[in-house]
Amino acid sequence: MIKMEYYLVVSTIMMFVGIYGFVTRRNLLAMLISVELILNSVDINFVVFNRFLFPEQLEGFFFTLFAIGISAAETAVAIAIIINIYRNIRNIDAKSLREMKW
Amino acid sequence: MEITLELIVFTVLALFIGVSAILAVTTRRILRAATYLLFVLFGTAGIYFQLNYSFLGAVQLLIYAGGITVLYVFSILLTSSQGDKAEDLKGYKLFAGLGATLLSLGICLWVMLRHDFNPSHFEHGELHVKTIGHALMSPEKFGYVLPFEVISILLLACIVGGILIARKR
Repeated sequence: MIKMEYYLVVSTIMMFVGIYGFVTRRNLLAMLISVELILNSVDINFVVFNRFLFPEQLEGFFFTLFAIGISAAETAVAIAIIINIYRNIRNIDAKSLREMKW
Repeated sequence: MEITLELIVFTVLALFIGVSAILAVTTRRILRAATYLLFVLFGTAGIYFQLNYSFLGAVQLLIYAGGITVLYVFSILLTSSQGDKAEDLKGYKLFAGLGATLLSLGICLWVMLRHDFNPSHFEHGELHVKTIGHALMSPEKFGYVLPFEVISILLLACIVGGILIARKR
């Protein structure tokens, strides 16, 4: 049997890789990809806690299910905003975003 | 600790996820970052399958790997020009990011590995889709009909908002 901590180590590493990407990348889409990594690692944590600590209940399962749906919605809106930004300033670098109103 | 097939599968999945995640945030071409993100999502689905949550793995493959990644690839193709590369990071920024991340990773791992969790046990057995459906639709205790309805309204609002933001004026 695989210990629960191994899964948690994987998700922790994934979370901090995502945070590193969010801090260092300058492209808005690359930052969004890093956010996606963070969300995914939290999903793994929910599932693992549900499976190993409370196997007869379903809370973690449903949290993950809803988190996947919400992150899909978040990505759709964020990409719509990014495409709108690109249409206005022809660039999606975070440092060229100095004002929010054109 | 003897080496079982389960352990081998887990090790392969963990290495796959870790390497792909690191490559996704360090590669300089954004389209490759999206591809590595797809690999990470596949690995996560593999972990769900290994934990006997097949329904969740299928949802992960359908929504994340099938939907979100395609959305990323299309928006990357729309917004980046040929041969677009991220510039190199300046030294102090790289060290600040890397240092802060490694420090927090160390603290988190230390706290987590020292913590005594409740006795964990893992029994094999598939979670039936019937159970999931009954829990998702029941208004009783441990039922999820209210979040189900709320997320449907949220998705509708997202569709409207996405169209409103991205349309041409």
